[in-house]
Amino acid sequence: MTEEQVKKQARLLLQRFAKKRGNLIPVLQQLQERLGYLPREAMLEVARFLGIPAIDVYSVVTFYNQFRLHPPGRHSIRVCLGTACHMKGGYITLDAWKRRLSIERGQTTPDREFDLDTVACVGCCVMAPVTVVDDKPEGKVEPTRVDGILLSFKLEKEKQ
Amino acid sequence: MKVIKRQGTASAFAVIKKQAESQWRGLRSGKPVITVGTATCGRAAGALEVLRAIKSELKRHKLSCPVVEVGCMGHCYAEPIVTISKPGYPPICYGPVNPVIAQRLVREFVLGDNPCLEFVLGALEKNDFVPSFSDFPRADFEKRIILKNCGHIDPEKIEHYIASGGYSALAKAFKMRPEAVIAGVKGSGLRGRGGAGFSTGEKWEVCRNARGKPKYLVCNADEGDPGAFMDRAILESDPHSVIEGMLIAGYAIGARYGYIYVRAEYPLAVKRTHLALRQARKLKLLGRNVLGSDFSFDIKLFQGSGAFVCGEETALIASLEGKAGTPSHRPPYPATSGLYGKPTLVNNVKTLAYLPHIIQGGGGRFAGTGTEGSKGTAVFALAGKVVNTGLAEVPMGTTLRQVIFDVGSGIKDGKRFKAVQIGGPSGGCLPESALDLSIDFDSLTDAGAMMGSGGMIVLDEDDCMVEIARYFLEFTQRESCGKCTFCRLGTKQMLAVLDEFTRGKGKIEDLDMLVALAEDVKAGSLCGLGKTAPNPVLSTLRFFHDEYEAHIKEGRCPALMCRDLIAYYIIPERCERTCDACVGTCTVEAISSHPTKRYKIIDQTKCVKCGTCLKACPPQYRAVVKLSPPSLVPH
Repeated sequence: MTEEQVKKQARLLLQRFAKKRGNLIPVLQQLQERLGYLPREAMLEVARFLGIPAIDVYSVVTFYNQFRLHPPGRHSIRVCLGTACHMKGGYITLDAWKRRLSIERGQTTPDREFDLDTVACVGCCVMAPVTVVDDKPEGKVEPTRVDGILLSFKLEKEKQ
Repeated sequence: MKVIKRQGTASAFAVIKKQAESQWRGLRSGKPVITVGTATCGRAAGALEVLRAIKSELKRHKLSCPVVEVGCMGHCYAEPIVTISKPGYPPICYGPVNPVIAQRLVREFVLGDNPCLEFVLGALEKNDFVPSFSDFPRADFEKRIILKNCGHIDPEKIEHYIASGGYSALAKAFKMRPEAVIAGVKGSGLRGRGGAGFSTGEKWEVCRNARGKPKYLVCNADEGDPGAFMDRAILESDPHSVIEGMLIAGYAIGARYGYIYVRAEYPLAVKRTHLALRQARKLKLLGRNVLGSDFSFDIKLFQGSGAFVCGEETALIASLEGKAGTPSHRPPYPATSGLYGKPTLVNNVKTLAYLPHIIQGGGGRFAGTGTEGSKGTAVFALAGKVVNTGLAEVPMGTTLRQVIFDVGSGIKDGKRFKAVQIGGPSGGCLPESALDLSIDFDSLTDAGAMMGSGGMIVLDEDDCMVEIARYFLEFTQRESCGKCTFCRLGTKQMLAVLDEFTRGKGKIEDLDMLVALAEDVKAGSLCGLGKTAPNPVLSTLRFFHDEYEAHIKEGRCPALMCRDLIAYYIIPERCERTCDACVGTCTVEAISSHPTKRYKIIDQTKCVKCGTCLKACPPQYRAVVKLSPPSLVPH
């Protein structure tokens, strides 16, 4: 996406909001939903629209875990590290994802297929360890299941 | 003060109720009704696939019975759960159900007459045919007030809630003066369920008497404690009970606007709450002139953005104002000066969900349950190494032993109970000797834990207490907003010390430093996050000192959990040489056969200690073992 396209998308969305500081977080959330992440131009647009310093937007974006500054992958992998998941080996599952995707948490694979991150409890503690794959919580994801999920993505891609 | 016009609200509500009841009756017009629990936990277990299987099987047999999506019953261990109510039979719950079982249920029970008893979980009503939930041992200890509707009504249909008695309490509250509503809540002895346990009625009174307009009401659904999921379950299964509670609270304190602050990590709760708000607005239960009265109140949903500290009320308010969620000094309390400097009442999801029950039955009925200082029930999210994971609602005063062993049916796989972690990162780990403690706000705090959000993680002999302390500290350290130096830097130092312990690199004198740091962080932090962050460390130090010593002095993890202190080893004498289960399953190809004797050997330099081989080794051999310290592996 070019800078101009980002700006256009941002302006289109901003029309639907009142110029109120209280709208900053909802605006950023919806912007991220559209763009997948929050590029610099989008944040600048938001700052201009709300009439607040750009640094205030940046400070909010970097304060909350939800906001991303880098483009996501086609598939999102979120390893739950809530208490129950951790005690049942969520950290082992995270290692397995890191090993297979060759990236660290918070990163995207070079081919932009997968991005890997952790989440602090999705509330499915009884299915621990949980990994949220493309917004769907998958229960009992252990290293062998990691391989299974990756295989199913590979097969799906080959079918296309 | 202006007197609120309330005439006519009763008749307006009667019309709504009548319509809802006729729709509810229409659902049960002689045909079997199938319900599927599709809350997040059900979905993780495959409820949507089960739902699709049921629908396609019904279609194949040209059956047209209603299939209803409901929320979570709290029996998470048996998800996905399907309930079939067929005339002539009691409503029967099945679980865990998979698509194949689901299709069989349709063929044999819905179409035929075989209730497939082999898949039954329990019946919802007492009968002499199938064992019912009330025959379960746990039924003697449970008392469902806020979970009453969960898993029984369609959370996406306001009519189901109304037909089950919903919004009647609001209609009743409208017949009372706001002061009388507050008095009723005060009389019930309800204490805030967010964790701190402040008297709800008193908080309301302060807010009602505070100067400033408009007043705001915020429902705190930023359930950030890892291991707690009851607020999610309530919003996904019975969102209208929270909305009704907010309407009652809003009426009592004279609020004009409400917010529900939900975590963005709960997308289904967000979706169902949105829908519930729309439906309530449509029936004029929200908006201008609620039910034709002079009381106007509307609720907006606000999604949190993944910051644990926003569960603290001043941080939550900062977040609503579009700022970074850093807490501020109290007083002034939000009840007098909160959102945009106006009086703001912040209540937890559960606190609000109790209100319809309290107003409907009177404060006395609620106060009749529980202990002297803590009235009503407590909701716990049971997880970890317990058999019946899920939600449990028990009267205050129930003992931990009853919750874990009677409601939860004890520890999985015949293992030994070690500890129970209560209250998440703010709480503590209690050992076996504390199991007979009766649960209420004060007793848990005295014991070194905390009611907190109600997460209850049961730990067995395989769980390392040093590691769990390190885990919680890593969490709070990452989530610390950075405002207070002690919390920002103190937790970092504590984490560094604990990290060394779990790597076997600790020094015994570090234990004293850890305690000193813990006291400083508690004393030097502004909000609950910092004030309680050291609790998991202090409680494990107090009750499990020997485990710390084993890590430090012997480089040994007694629970065989800390990866730097263990090694996986295959005992040659036990290895069945023709079996290749471990070799095939090893994720890093670290296992090979001995060149002549064929037993399997783990290459310790390649092993990532993921434990897959241990699970793969057939139980009759048990050849794979964990050894600690790793030097025990023979060369």
